[in-house]
Amino acid sequence: MREIEFDPRMIGMVAALGVIWLGFNWLSDGAFLTPRNLWNLLVQTASIAVMACGMVLVIVTRNIDLSVGSMLGFVGMVVGLIQARLLPELLGFEHPATWFISILVSVALGGVLGLFQGALIAYLAIPSFIVTLGGLLVWRGAAWWVTQGQTIAPMDTRFRPLGGGIEGAIGTGASWAIGLVICALILAGIVLARRRRRRFGFGLRPIWAEGAIAALGCGAVLGTVMVANAYPLPAGVARRLVEARGLVWPEGGLTIGHGLAVPVLLALAVGIVMSFLTKRLRFGRYVFAIGGNPEAAQLSGVNTRKVLTLVFGLMGVLVGISACISTARLNAATNSAGALDELYVIAAAVIGGTSLAGGVGTIAGAMLGALVMQSLQSGMVLIGVDTPLQNIVVGVVLVVAVWLDGLYRRKLS
Amino acid sequence: MSLATARDIEPPPLVEMRDISIAFGGIKAVDTVSVDLKAGEVVGLLGHNGAGKSTLIKILSGAYRADAGEIRISGEPAVIANPRDAKRYGIETIYQTLALADNVDAAANIFLGRELLTPWHTLDDSAMESETRKVMGRLNPHFRRFKEPVKALSGGQRQSVAIARAIYFNARVLIMDEPTAALGPAETKQVADLILELKRQGIGIFLISHDLHDVFDLADRVSVMKNGRVVGTARTSDVTQDEVLAMIISGKCPAGATPGPGALRGQA
Ligand SMILES: Nc1ncnc2c1ncn2[C@@H]1O[C@H](COP(=O)(O)OP(=O)(O)OP(=O)(O)O)[C@@H](O)[C@H]1O
Ligand SMILES: [Mg+2]
Repeated sequence: MREIEFDPRMIGMVAALGVIWLGFNWLSDGAFLTPRNLWNLLVQTASIAVMACGMVLVIVTRNIDLSVGSMLGFVGMVVGLIQARLLPELLGFEHPATWFISILVSVALGGVLGLFQGALIAYLAIPSFIVTLGGLLVWRGAAWWVTQGQTIAPMDTRFRPLGGGIEGAIGTGASWAIGLVICALILAGIVLARRRRRRFGFGLRPIWAEGAIAALGCGAVLGTVMVANAYPLPAGVARRLVEARGLVWPEGGLTIGHGLAVPVLLALAVGIVMSFLTKRLRFGRYVFAIGGNPEAAQLSGVNTRKVLTLVFGLMGVLVGISACISTARLNAATNSAGALDELYVIAAAVIGGTSLAGGVGTIAGAMLGALVMQSLQSGMVLIGVDTPLQNIVVGVVLVVAVWLDGLYRRKLS
Repeated sequence: MSLATARDIEPPPLVEMRDISIAFGGIKAVDTVSVDLKAGEVVGLLGHNGAGKSTLIKILSGAYRADAGEIRISGEPAVIANPRDAKRYGIETIYQTLALADNVDAAANIFLGRELLTPWHTLDDSAMESETRKVMGRLNPHFRRFKEPVKALSGGQRQSVAIARAIYFNARVLIMDEPTAALGPAETKQVADLILELKRQGIGIFLISHDLHDVFDLADRVSVMKNGRVVGTARTSDVTQDEVLAMIISGKCPAGATPGPGALRGQA
């Protein structure tokens, strides 16, 4: 295990996910492992997964952000207001730029709110628990003030694909193309890393291990594409699609797959960018060093306050992206959007191996953690567990997962 | 007048700390301390626990800002507001606490804040690991655990990493706060040889140690501190170890030393 540099915790998570999926599939008489359910599962995971990426960095620096759910609610309301009330007046109803301006405003607003909280934490030395607990109350209140509690609907039609649904499925051909590009990138990454290590004369992984990693990675990507493509569009929608291209709808009908969903691709892109940021850029190195020993980072010349402020700013940007996803998914902006999301996001990061003591955590782990959480929840809905019991199960799983992780960690050291 | 002629012959010292004071909540940890260091010189800083040695050198390394006093580097007044400023003046420090980020590997620690980058501004981990192997080879040839977080290393190995970080960047001034406290005899010898080699290269070294023998072997001069003040400064050739021990314990300044503000007065 050691020489091939597999992370045993990651393998454990994938195994846990497998157990959960097979378990629910058995309990639901095969309804869990269907293209339809898995497609929806991924779409539902997207918003939490995006925010979990940022939460990893926050927790790695020994901080916490309790405000993300409320911030999502506030940003979502502002975005709803802008695209349903403000932009139609300024640019006209269903203007082609509306969706883009909405995303921009959402991301910028989230970033500014995050930077503001981060500055309070880093420069005024107020504990992040308190600042973001305050934020949890303030942003939720602010979300109500935007429209005095009114829900805003519907959203712009070009904005709605961000939330998934039929309009947010990119189709089978594009899905294969994206899948193949990702596979090519995985292979190129492996080859480049190997070449670098050889150039410096470091030890290389055995070829079979490289092959296994490549096969696993590409298999997961192409498997996901296959599942997404196997979920057929409703016949009416498929027919309209065909006819819109000027083709004739065949007698016996035709099945057209959904393909990957926009929010899932968005979450994937965020995951890749954030992984790159944490592993390959100086910023990520500083984040981890601060988590390991804040004093040492500072004595080494790292501007720890600036880095900390940026971490919270980044968290805010990701909240902005998630606000777009969930507003588009609901096709409405409500002031209660994102309620309790902070807990799911923190749970996803922690289940994914982020240590609350700081200094340890991975983006991939947190995204898998989000998928585990969502699988539990969706699975319970599918087999008809009522809401109070769902909460009890999720709570117990969180505690048990962190306990097991602690046992594992102690055994290592 | 004689001062002016002396200046003409001798270049100004590499480091001059003049009348430095700092207090923590009313406790004067360092009280009007003056020390200096020439290029190619090793100055031992001695004193009992809590005398203020670490605090003094942390002012030079940019970890603390002095409440009063002046620092001059090569005769020019220097502003050292943070560790980055100190490094810009070529001042590298091995802290008593080592100041390592436990969760990342040796290379990440050595290059923390000064990472090697690829042309695309990404971390060049392979280059950093390769450099780390070179510099660690000088200090601790048996070191192999390059990939592991520093947390997993022994006390001596951790200390070697901290020393490697200080010597890698071509320091002009090296501050070593108890650099061999966790090292075995072989590694301690290696560090002693290293100090002599760096000295030959013209680097000035502040060496803090509780081991009088070591200090007498390596240092050209010693400054003794007690309760935040300098008892006295002496060339190691002008005083005996017993006299220095007396300076540390009772604050009595012998004839061979220049007394400082902390010297015991009114006694023979
Ligand atoms: N950050 C701080 N806050 C408050 N007091 C401090 C701080 N740093 C040092 N002190 C105090 O300043 C005094 C000098 O401490 P310092 O660490 O400089 O001693 P030292 O000479 O290095 O001792 P040792 O030989 O034990 O390392 C001590 O009384 C200590 O308690
Ligand atoms: Mg000390």
